[in-house]
Amino acid sequence: MTKDLLLRVIGKLLIPFILLFALYVMFHGDYGPGGGFQAGVIFAAGIVFYALIFGMDNARKVMPDWLVEILLAAGVLLYIGVGLAGLLLGGNFLDYFVLDADPIHGQHRGIFWVELGVMITVCGVMLKIFYMFASRGRG
Amino acid sequence: MSLATHLPALQVVLPLLSAPLAVLLRHGGVAFVLVTAGAWAAFATAIGLWLQVGQLEQGAFISYPIGSWAPPWGIEYRVDRLTSLVLLLVSGMAALVLTASRASVEREIPRESHYLFYAMFGLCLAGLLGITITADAFNVFVFLEISSLSSYVLIALGRDRRALAAAYRYLIMGTIGATFIVIGIGFLYLMTGTLNLADMAARIGAIESSRPVLAALAFLTVGISLKLALFPLHQWLPNAYTYAPSVVTAFLAATATKVSVYVLIRFYFSVFGESLVFDKLPLPQIMLWLSLFAMFAASFTAIFQDNLKRLFAYSSVGQMGYITLGLSFDSVNGLAASIVHLFNHGIAKGALFLLIGGLVLGIAKPGSAPPTPSFDRLAGLAKRMPLTCLGIVIAGLSLIGVPGTAGFISKWYLILAALESGQPWLVGAVLLSSLLAIAYLWRFVEVAYLRSPAPGHEAGTEAPHSLLIPAWLLVAGTIWFGLDTSLSLGSALEAAGSLVRSGR
Amino acid sequence: MIEHFSYIVTVFLMIAGLYIVIARGNLIKKLVGLSIFQTSVYLLYLAPGKLLGGTAPILAPAYGVYSNPLPHVLILTAIVVGVATLALGLALAVRIREVYGTIEEDEILALDHRIEEAEEQGEERRA
Repeated sequence: MTKDLLLRVIGKLLIPFILLFALYVMFHGDYGPGGGFQAGVIFAAGIVFYALIFGMDNARKVMPDWLVEILLAAGVLLYIGVGLAGLLLGGNFLDYFVLDADPIHGQHRGIFWVELGVMITVCGVMLKIFYMFASRGRG
Repeated sequence: MSLATHLPALQVVLPLLSAPLAVLLRHGGVAFVLVTAGAWAAFATAIGLWLQVGQLEQGAFISYPIGSWAPPWGIEYRVDRLTSLVLLLVSGMAALVLTASRASVEREIPRESHYLFYAMFGLCLAGLLGITITADAFNVFVFLEISSLSSYVLIALGRDRRALAAAYRYLIMGTIGATFIVIGIGFLYLMTGTLNLADMAARIGAIESSRPVLAALAFLTVGISLKLALFPLHQWLPNAYTYAPSVVTAFLAATATKVSVYVLIRFYFSVFGESLVFDKLPLPQIMLWLSLFAMFAASFTAIFQDNLKRLFAYSSVGQMGYITLGLSFDSVNGLAASIVHLFNHGIAKGALFLLIGGLVLGIAKPGSAPPTPSFDRLAGLAKRMPLTCLGIVIAGLSLIGVPGTAGFISKWYLILAALESGQPWLVGAVLLSSLLAIAYLWRFVEVAYLRSPAPGHEAGTEAPHSLLIPAWLLVAGTIWFGLDTSLSLGSALEAAGSLVRSGR
Repeated sequence: MIEHFSYIVTVFLMIAGLYIVIARGNLIKKLVGLSIFQTSVYLLYLAPGKLLGGTAPILAPAYGVYSNPLPHVLILTAIVVGVATLALGLALAVRIREVYGTIEEDEILALDHRIEEAEEQGEERRA
């Protein structure tokens, strides 16, 4: 944990906005530049920022290892789930057209859930990579 | 929704589903059950697809548009005879190897990472199946990387520290190969404006002599050759196979390089077309000579290895030489020999490495790290592990190509193709290189059957049934496909007939 | 010359990256080279996908000329693959540093060679 007051104050101020920005990038991805991948990376960057300032132990309290692993699996499952939903509703695998009575709405709905899955997985993977490297001492 | 029409998607999705579930549940035993179930489900799907393709006429295929986006715009999954045969091989090997894996994994991999090990295995399987079934060029690259990245991890999990260096080396070589492939695909995409393989093939005719297309062919050839360990691009293979956990070696040796050969066949025969690959460029000669080098140099190196796993790893490089030799003839019989050998060699090598895993289990001392299967430890082992050793000998006979085993069928067709192409001296080369295979198999027979155990190495019990039964099923397979060739050879000839231009 | 500018950069990056992978013995430097090599492919796909004056593909009468979005999508995937490869490569390098105590390829080979010699001598003694 760093003793630098300035960093800690700025960090505390900025981190909520970083996380919020990640959600904005995710939910606005339909209309502007963005999407699940970028959002996941930004969200993970927020947590990494927290870990750099307040130390790994505090970061592990916010985002424990088991949660990270669940995130990285849950996102993939959500993705596959959307694919299978298309299949169950009478279309092909990953068919978004059948997800709603209106096929265009269906496309919207499909890509939203898929991107959410991507965001969750990417966030999980980024944090997993960071934790793995950060928790190793210099041997 | 009828299940039968969705089999192509389920083929990849079912094993892919098992991987995140295994991570989610965080338990080694549960992960084993899940991923094994996923592999068996994939095998059942592959059988279903096999039956569906069997009802079609020759050259026809099943097409499945992912997301209902019609090809060539969307990603298409396409299953024809050849695809179906490779899917059967990959999923079947995965199912049997995974079923056999429990005891060996228990011994060779730290308990806390069991669930991650099985998750990686599931991903690797899904990637290999995806490469095979997809008809989209970029999708090939993505699935290739899924399977490659997970196989680097699987190899690095080996107990010996040299496994890490081997995995790193494989990562560098494999990534260079994959990047070459994606450069090749990029050139093709720039020139044709499409990623669908069939659409690419239709558009390539007009521009086939242009320089980017030739460059694409070169990049793809080198990239895929790295992946399939064509001599002299095989340097990553021996160490990777030697130091990986036994079940990983069994699975990768049986499937990974074989799927790369399949990709090569797809690009050569379905996209570029033979006239470009075989008539305008000196590729047949290059491939012929490289194959001969592989058959002799690698098999010769194999004879002098002291580690049984490394011995058969070198033998794999040599056997890949037979497969590429068949390709270089550009004839129905030559291609059929390649396809059949891909199938037969996959089964034989899977059985061999699985049984070597059994040997390692058998000679391991309780509480210590699993030993390397070097020859001094194997002396006189046939008395204590008769079933395991007999299995290795029978699967080894198939590598030599003894009549009555599957290997004979592939070599027979290779010889036929050599005679057809007017190069009878190649018959001698095939026979001579088989002698080398006899030499390295004899080393095992001599040590295991004729020598008495070295002092301090008398211990050894038969491998557990959970490993022996799947392994012996594979050994029985090498005999079965040597006697009844309707499945392997029949479909290989049919696939080769529809791939090689008509009338030849 | 100037219209082939992007290709020249691509080829330069490609060759430079591959050269580093082959010529350097340091495991981290090799990974840097590998990343440069992969980056050249991103450029290979992206540069021809750009149309001068083209916009995003929006279906409206005001926009006539648009750039093909497909190369971008493909390269986004390739970048993800590149990140995963780099992370795995670095993780392996860290583990190799932990067990070998070095990340120089020639030193690792020498250490391996010593183990193999020791194994062989052990075998001879037993024989």
